[in-house]
Order: sequence, then C-alpha cells, then structure tokens
Amino acid sequence: MKDGSVLEMRNIHKSFPGVKALQGVDFTLRKGEIHALMGENGAGKSTLIKVLTGVYGKDEGEVSLEGKGAISIHSPQEAQKVGISTVFQEISLCPNLSVAENMFIGRTDGMYQNWKKVNSETEKILKSMDIPATATQQLGSCSVAVQQMIAIARAVDTNCKVLVLDEPTSSLDEQEVEKLFKVMRDLRAKGVGIVFVTHFLDQVYAVCDRITVMRDGQLVGEYEIKDLPRPMLVSKMLGKEMDDMSDIHGEFQTYKPEKGVAPVFEAKGLVSDAGIKPFDFHINKGEVNGFTGLLGSGRSECVRAIFGADRVTGGKIKVKGKEAKISKPIDAMKNGIAYLPEERKVDGIIGDLSVRENIILAQQVLRGFFKPFSKAKQYEIADEYIKLLSIKTASADTPIKSLSGGNQQKAIVARWLFTHPDYLILDEPTRGIDVGTKVDIQKLVLKLASEGMSVTFISSELDEMLRTCSRLVVMRDRKMVGELSGEDLNQNKVMSTIAGGDK
Amino acid sequence: MSKNNSTSNGSFLDKVKNLTDTSLLLTITIVIFVLMYLGAIIFQGGGFLKVQTFFNILNANAALIILSCGLSLVMIIGGIDISVGGVTALVSMSCAVYLDNMGGNVYVSMLIALAIGVAFGAFQGALVAFLDIQPFIVTLAGMFFARGMTTIVNSDPFNVANEGFNELKMTRIYTPFGSTNAKGVYVPAYVELGVVVALVIVILLFCLLRWTKLGRSFYAVGGNKESALMLGINVKKTKFIAHLMCGTLAGIGGFVYFLHVGSGSPSHATGAEMDAIASSIIGGTMLTGGVGNIIGTFFGVLSLSTIQNIVASAGLDEAWWTGITRAVMLCLFLIIQSVVMARKHKK
Amino acid sequence: MSKTNNETSFFKKLVGQQFFIPILVLLVLVVFNLIADPSFFKIAFGTNNAGNPVLSGSLITILDNGSELAILAIGMTLVTAASGGQDISVGAAVAIAGSTLLRVLCGSNSRPDELQAPIIVAFLVSVVVAMLFGAFNGVLVAYFKIQPMIATLILYTAGRSIAAWINNNELPIVPGETFTYFGGFIPGIPIPTPVFIAIACIIIIALVLKFTNLGLYTQAVGINESASKLNGLNPALIKVASFVILGVCVAVVGLIKVSRISTINYSVVAKDIEMDAILAVALGGNSLAGGKFNMAASIIGAYIIQFLTTTLYKYKVPADALPAYKAVVVIILVVISSPTVKDWFSNLTKKLKVKEVA
Repeated sequence: MKDGSVLEMRNIHKSFPGVKALQGVDFTLRKGEIHALMGENGAGKSTLIKVLTGVYGKDEGEVSLEGKGAISIHSPQEAQKVGISTVFQEISLCPNLSVAENMFIGRTDGMYQNWKKVNSETEKILKSMDIPATATQQLGSCSVAVQQMIAIARAVDTNCKVLVLDEPTSSLDEQEVEKLFKVMRDLRAKGVGIVFVTHFLDQVYAVCDRITVMRDGQLVGEYEIKDLPRPMLVSKMLGKEMDDMSDIHGEFQTYKPEKGVAPVFEAKGLVSDAGIKPFDFHINKGEVNGFTGLLGSGRSECVRAIFGADRVTGGKIKVKGKEAKISKPIDAMKNGIAYLPEERKVDGIIGDLSVRENIILAQQVLRGFFKPFSKAKQYEIADEYIKLLSIKTASADTPIKSLSGGNQQKAIVARWLFTHPDYLILDEPTRGIDVGTKVDIQKLVLKLASEGMSVTFISSELDEMLRTCSRLVVMRDRKMVGELSGEDLNQNKVMSTIAGGDK
Repeated sequence: MSKNNSTSNGSFLDKVKNLTDTSLLLTITIVIFVLMYLGAIIFQGGGFLKVQTFFNILNANAALIILSCGLSLVMIIGGIDISVGGVTALVSMSCAVYLDNMGGNVYVSMLIALAIGVAFGAFQGALVAFLDIQPFIVTLAGMFFARGMTTIVNSDPFNVANEGFNELKMTRIYTPFGSTNAKGVYVPAYVELGVVVALVIVILLFCLLRWTKLGRSFYAVGGNKESALMLGINVKKTKFIAHLMCGTLAGIGGFVYFLHVGSGSPSHATGAEMDAIASSIIGGTMLTGGVGNIIGTFFGVLSLSTIQNIVASAGLDEAWWTGITRAVMLCLFLIIQSVVMARKHKK
Repeated sequence: MSKTNNETSFFKKLVGQQFFIPILVLLVLVVFNLIADPSFFKIAFGTNNAGNPVLSGSLITILDNGSELAILAIGMTLVTAASGGQDISVGAAVAIAGSTLLRVLCGSNSRPDELQAPIIVAFLVSVVVAMLFGAFNGVLVAYFKIQPMIATLILYTAGRSIAAWINNNELPIVPGETFTYFGGFIPGIPIPTPVFIAIACIIIIALVLKFTNLGLYTQAVGINESASKLNGLNPALIKVASFVILGVCVAVVGLIKVSRISTINYSVVAKDIEMDAILAVALGGNSLAGGKFNMAASIIGAYIIQFLTTTLYKYKVPADALPAYKAVVVIILVVISSPTVKDWFSNLTKKLKVKEVA
C-alpha cells in the first residue's frame, strides 16, 4: 500500500454480453492530487468510473478507500455516502426542480427538509463559486454550462474524499473551464483526490499531477505528468507509434477545378430561425472548407441552415449555378447535399435499427417510398461500405447502438457517402471518438475532395481543421466575421480572428 | 434572500417571471375555472350563484377528486394508473356484499376498502418499480382484474340496506353558507362526509409534494429518471411509493364513491380512470412527468364537472353531449398545454 | 467449454426470439385444451338456419371472432411503432364507423325496406370518416406533441356519443340478406366471411410492408425522430399516416361488427377491443414504447388472445368476469418477459451450469 492513497482499485473485471469491458484494471488515487484517466473511446474509462460509483456492479476485484479494506458500492447513493462524488458528461440533474433542490436532494436521511435553510446555503455556494444562478430558479432555465457548474458544485459540497469528473468540460467555454480548474486546484489543496476524464490534452497538462492510461479494457500504465510528454501519451493511448498526422495533406492531390464552373453551392443572405445573422457562403467543386468559432458562435447553425435542418426564414440559394429552394432536409438531399449532424446519438444513429438499415436509410428516402431496396441489395451495399470504411461490427444486422462511437460515426458517414453527394457537410465528425478513427475520417475527407467532392468540415479542434481545410469561415456571436485561406491559415491568425483582435 | 425564496413573498412581477412549469399550468387552470364559473353565473343565471350548487358539485365528485389525486401522483413520476375505476367498482361491490350479505360493520368495511386499495397499489407498484414493466400494461391488467373480480364477487347491482352504513351516508355537514329557497326559508348549504375526506387528502398531498423530500423526489424521478438516480434518489422505491399511494387513494376514493351512491354494481365508476386522468391533465399535470400540482388537480375535477353542469342546465341533457363536452374540454386543455410549453421552452 | 457456449447461445437465441413467448402461450393453451377436452379441436360440418353449409367448432369461432382483433392489431402495431404510444379510441372509433355505415345504408329512416345506398358506397364513406378521425388523433400526436394515449383519450371519451349522435340515438336495422354476408357466411362457402376479410387485410399489409418503405420509415421515426428528420423523412406525416391506416382498419372492423348483427349498440359494440388490440401488440413481443416492430407477431398475438377468450367461454366463464382471467395471463406474460426476470433466470442457469461443471 502506497502512502497517502485515498482510493485503490485492484484487479477490476467487468464484462457485458459479448464484450470484456474491464480486464484486471488497477487504479490508485492519492490524497490531494488531480489524476487524469486517459484512453480512447472504448478503452474502459467510463466503465471503470461506473463501477467505482456503483452504477455497474463489478464481476471481480476490490475497491478500498483510505486503506480501510475492501468496500462494495451498489449505487451512486452509497458511493456518495462513503465520499465518492461524480459529475458525468451528460448533466445528471433534474431540469424541473429548482437549483437548490438539485443541490440537496438525495443527500440526507429523514422525511423533512428545511427548504429555507437549503435555499440560503445554496445561495452561499453559488456565490462562492461565482455561478450566475439563484437558488429558487428552475434548473431547466439555466444554460448548459451553468447546469454543469451546478452539478460540480453539488459534487464538491458533499464533503467528498474522491471527486470523479467524467468529461465535465465538453460543454464549457474557456472561461468556465478556467473557473472549474480553479475549483479543482482549491479542492486539491484541501486534500481531495480528483479523477479527471477528458479528451482535451491541453487540459490534462494544465491541471493534472498524474496520468493513468487505459486501452482495450486493460491498464497500460500509471505515469507522473512530467515523465509523459504529449506524443508519448498519444502513442500509449493508441498503442502504436503515432504516424505523423500533421502531414496527411500531402498524401492527396488537390482537386483542380475547371475554370468558369459555378460553385457547387452558393447562398446569399441565408438565415434560419435558430438565431444566426444572415450570411453569404459558397463552396467550389473539390474544395474542403470549414466553419470555426467558439462553442455557440453559430457554426453548426449555419450548416443546419444550408441543409434545411432548421426552419429557413430567408435568403437565396444556388446549386451548381441554378436557383434552388431548400426548406427541409429532403430538398437539400435532392440537390446532392449530405449532412452529418453534430450530435451523433441524438440526430445521427437510429439506435435500434441494424447497421445495414442505418447505411441505406438516406438513399432509400431519396429513392422514394415505393421503391425499397431488395434485402439482397441491402446486404450488398452494407457489406461494401463496412469494408470500405472498415467499420468494426459483428454483422450488417447488428443494431448500430451496440457499436462503439467511432464505428457508429463511420456508419453514418457511409450512409451519406452512399447518397453520392456533390457536397458533404461533416459537423464535428471527430467529437467523442477515438484518435485512430479521427485520423481515418480526416484522411477520408481529403480523399473525397481529391475525387471532386466538396466538403465542409467542422471540428472544435483547430489543428484538425488546419490540416484538412483550404478555407476557413470564422464565426463570432452568430455572425460570419471573416474568411481565411492560403497564408492566413495558421493558428495565430485564426485565433485572433475568432477573438476579434484585429481591431 | 427571502426575495429569491419561492415559498415566501416575492413581488408579484418576480413571481410571474420566475414561474416554474408547474405553477404556470396551475395558474392557467385556476383562471380558466374561475372564468368558466363566472360565465356560468352570468349566462345560466341563478342556479350557479347558490352555494349549494357548488357544494353539490363537490358532493358528487369527492371520490373523483381522491382518484385524481392518486393519478396526479403517478403521473408526476411519469407513470400512469388506469386501474382506479376498476378498483372503485371492486371496493363498492366488496363492501356492499360484506355489509348486506354478511351483515358486516361499516367501520370494518372501510378497512376492507383500504386493504383492497393497498393490495392493488403494492402489487402494481412492485411490478412497475422492481421489475421495470410499463405501468400502462400493468395497470391495464389491474383494471381488467378489478372489473372481472367485481363480477365474480357479485354480478348484479344492488342497494345497501345496512343501517350503520346508511346513517353514515346521510351524514351532512352544514356550513355557515346558505341561501333562501323558493319558499323564502333559509337553508344552510351542506357537504357530505366524502368531501371532507377529499379536502383533507388534497391538503395533505399538497404539503407532501411541496415540502417533503419524498414529494420533491417524485418530481425528480418524473423529470429525469437517470438524473434522479445519480442525485442519490432511490428511484425504484419512489416509483413504488407513488403507485402504492395511488392504489391506496383508489381504495379510499372507492369507499367515498360507495358512500355517495350507496350501492354495489359492476358498472360503477365506468370510465372513472379516464375522468381522473382528464382532471389531472386539465389541472396542469403533464403525462411526461415532473410537472403537476394537487391544487390544480382539484380545480381540474371542478372544471370538468362544472362544464358538464353548464351543458346540462343549457338543456343539452342527452347523454352524448356529456361525452362530447368532456372531450372538447380535454382537447382544449391538451392543446393549451402543448402550445404554452412549446412557447415557454423555445425562449 | 465451447460446447456449453453453443448451448447457452442456442438457448438464448430461442428465448430471445420474438415469437418465443406468443408461441409458448399458444402451446400452453393448446395442451390445456387437449387434456381438458379434446373436442375443443373438433370441426363439425353442418348447415345453418338459412340452409347454407357451414363449418363450426371452437377453432372456427377463434378464427371468426379473432378477425376484428387481428385487423386492428395491424393498425395498432404501426401506431405503436411510429408514435411510441397506443390508440385507446379504436373501440369508440369502430362505433363511429359502424354508425356512419348504418346512416348511409338506411338513410334518415331507421327501418327502411331497402338499402338507401350501395354497400360499397356506405363502406367507403365510413372508411373516409374513420380515416378523418384517425387523422385527428394523428395531428394531436404529431403536431401538438400530445402523448398518444392522452390524445386518443379525447375520442375515447366522445366517440360513442358521436356515434349515437350520427343516428340521432336511433338503432337502424339494415334490411336484406346481402349485408349480413360480411359478418356471417356467403351462401355456399362454409367458412365465415370475416376470416377471409382478415386474411385479405393480412395479405395487403404484408405486400405493403414488402413493396414499400412503410416499415423502415415507421421504425426510424419511432426510434429516433430527429435523426429521421435529418434523413429527409417527415416524422409528423408518418405518424399521422400510421393513425390514418389504423383508421382504415377501424372502418373494416366496423363493417364486420355491424354486419354481424345488422344493427349497432353504441355503448357495447367493440367494447374493450382497444385493450385487446394493445395486448396483441405487447403479446407479440413488440415494445409498447415504439420503434422496432414485428407485424406477424402482433397478428399471432391477436389470435392467441381470441384463443384464450374462446377457451374461457368454453369453461362457462361469464363474459363480465373474463377480464379477470385475462389480467392474470397478462401479468404472468409481462413478468416472464420483463428484462429483470430474464436476467435473473439467465443468472440462475449460469449458476446451475457452474455447479454442474464443478
């Protein structure tokens, strides 16, 4: 037993039907440290955390707290009682209750709660953490970021010894992340052990003391942060030496457009009911462009307007030089536009349907109600794309929801490729998927463009965009504020345009 | 600090601005009920002005109020219980048979009613909460079972002759309100025992939902089950309790119904579950769960029966008008809810 | 070791099959009847009052009386899949459709000497009316986002009143022999006509599912509405369509029901049939929360429910007490098929196997 360890997990095993999610994982957390838990999607981080917090039972292994011997935790409640608090990626609060109720419900025994006292205590906490909300406000009326901060405030307030933060920063902007880091550092100073799961490498190096890396449900190793520079961390996560991703551009020929050909898509004064300002936009054949800007700057709303996913309220559109009207997705699809939405689970996959049905869906809708593909044809298509994009699935009949995030994303890409679009919009195709698939998708984008497809690529990771796009549209406050290409495509210039620093 | 406390007196404007979904729908319900009743007084004249008219609505609907309260509870946790009408019929018939054919005691018959309600609530609650079966199917079976059992207990309707029971049935509680009748004699308005029971239940449940942790857990579970679990609420237990309470209330409501009609019949309380669901919805409870208020439910029942009274006193007393009016009313409120919530959440 | 694996997977496959539970129930019912009274399965050949050759026997009764339920189960399955909820107004809607049919057939006179309109015209009018009411439900569900059970509660409450109102609360009697064919026998054919109507409906829906994308679209919308929208589908339209299709089923059932007795009883016709139809869907192993569906399983479910009903009748269970028995069956079914109990069973078998190995 090491000194000062607050939590020890030994030889944890957990399997689900068909999957060994955890195989003999060890994890040690010291008092007063911030410990990053890293790994690709499907590495088993989430499972480990859910075992720790009692959401899942474990098949084997033991968990001990402060060296007091093995304990077993059967529910998040029990976890809380022994001092393990968790903040999950998806906000796990009740939107229909007040802020104060969300902070305090489920934490004490007994029938009666003094709500007046609870409210005033909540106000104190909110003030101390600088959260812009009031105790009696209905939680649902707060912004997502504020809700996330409240979730953290709740977890922190429960006198915890171990705080688990499972990708809490994915919906926060930079300032809010900084605020969170301050809270984390304060807690570390108080001796709380923090487990921090994130996909953002910057954040790991900004606050963490040690890193545990997992891969394929197994432990890769535990490292001091100073002993593990970034490239090594990535290669440990991937399990292979990192191929030089910065130069994937050179692998593909840039498409040479014929002169005098009208843009594939052109919009003038396009505006939708999602709250963006009217914008102009065009994309040429074989071009890869991107929309960039901070979260909430309106980049997704722009492409949604192009695809007719939100209600279009004004503007003129030309497709290949001809005027067109796009008011709903099917119009866009008929005009050769394809759109991979930002939220894979909510807007992308049809969870219970098979991979096969998910792949053929869009093209099937285009073909029409009375012309279904024959079963044989469906299998042929599905198998073709499963091979083409190397989608890892047991069969074409497997429900898509049982695939890993990256493979689900590939299946959705397959769906749109099968419609043979002239113009493909990919909104955050690399979010929340493993590094390997990220590179695959970026390579695919460049390959498609070299074959003459126009692609709009959106990612919150700027370096991905810089690697793939030849032109960047910059958004700020729901408005298009600039367009960068050629020499201007570098980190500094993009950043300053986003921030509006040129004034 | 107290300004931000919804339980104390904030300024009126503040309150309107910060209305939760629950209170917004409640406000709409009460306003519409008051307008409707005023309209009835203006256009239908005298009858609706009499306190007794209003009290008669209460007398006739005490049981429905209790059943609707139970429905509101399960609807707030995002469930449903369509067995309450069947349970009411079963309670009436069992008590009637016990009182008349077995010469039972009226107070013991209350226990029988309660036991039947608790049994249904506990069994259904266990299936819904611990085995995760859809409440609609479970309580559908519950309704089938209760209706079938009613016939098995006794297939013919009959009036109860038991003296103790009839004494209780005729008990009237006179109030300080009243009016003069056609002969100019002052008659104090009265309510039946069932109304007192119903009001007590409404008040108790209101407090439960508003201030206790259990009550708030109901809302949490209905708002988001997964989140509620993460917040450390025992979701299964909460669900079980809600269904248990609904069943128990169906038992009590069944007895109040029995006390009002004084007979047992397999066709008693036909469609009561639908009336109760409708009342809850009119009262601002959302079937999606997490939103609702017992006071609203109370007004929901009143609205539903007032409109029926208006229709009847307008001379449209053919049976089908009742059905159609109720449906129109329900339709109206559903659309109001749908539109209001869509507006509010778009902001 | 691998052998055990195969065995478990085979067992799992068998139990996991959607048809497993309905077929199991059917087997239990068949075996029970075989033991208790083998004459249950006897089919007799005789003549009816009109002197026509007819087949009779419990099995024929099941096929005959199960027709309405099977037809409704088709529509109910689609509504359930697309909207994730159920239409509880079908019984009331059947009353409306039947009443409309009578109104057109008999005109304003409730005791006409001859038909006032051709049967096909009357039927088409009732189809249109039923589709309109279906569309009403569908619009409430799809555009006003009201939960299906609650939206259809409106028509459930008002439907039978509307049906009575259509005929001024009179009970018209359809004159002539021809009309009775739909719910009885066509002279010379010994099998009840409803059986043919049901088979026709089943064939039609099978063809529709095979040669159109109805199945794919409905399931996609039921599973993930917003994703379906981004794939060019119009979820609202598809939901309304499912309710309209159910409307057509309702009209067909209305025809059979009215034809059976040449008149109508507004408060009794197709009473509680909505519950049976929903049960049929659930019994077929389809999730009542929508999404994926299996039409054949629902239809089998419908006939199993009729099988149960007929069996109970045979043992002199009074009609009013029937629900109690059905309820017990339903509870047993849902308990067996609930995930918690399934897990528990599979854990138990696992443990037993481990012990065997040891």
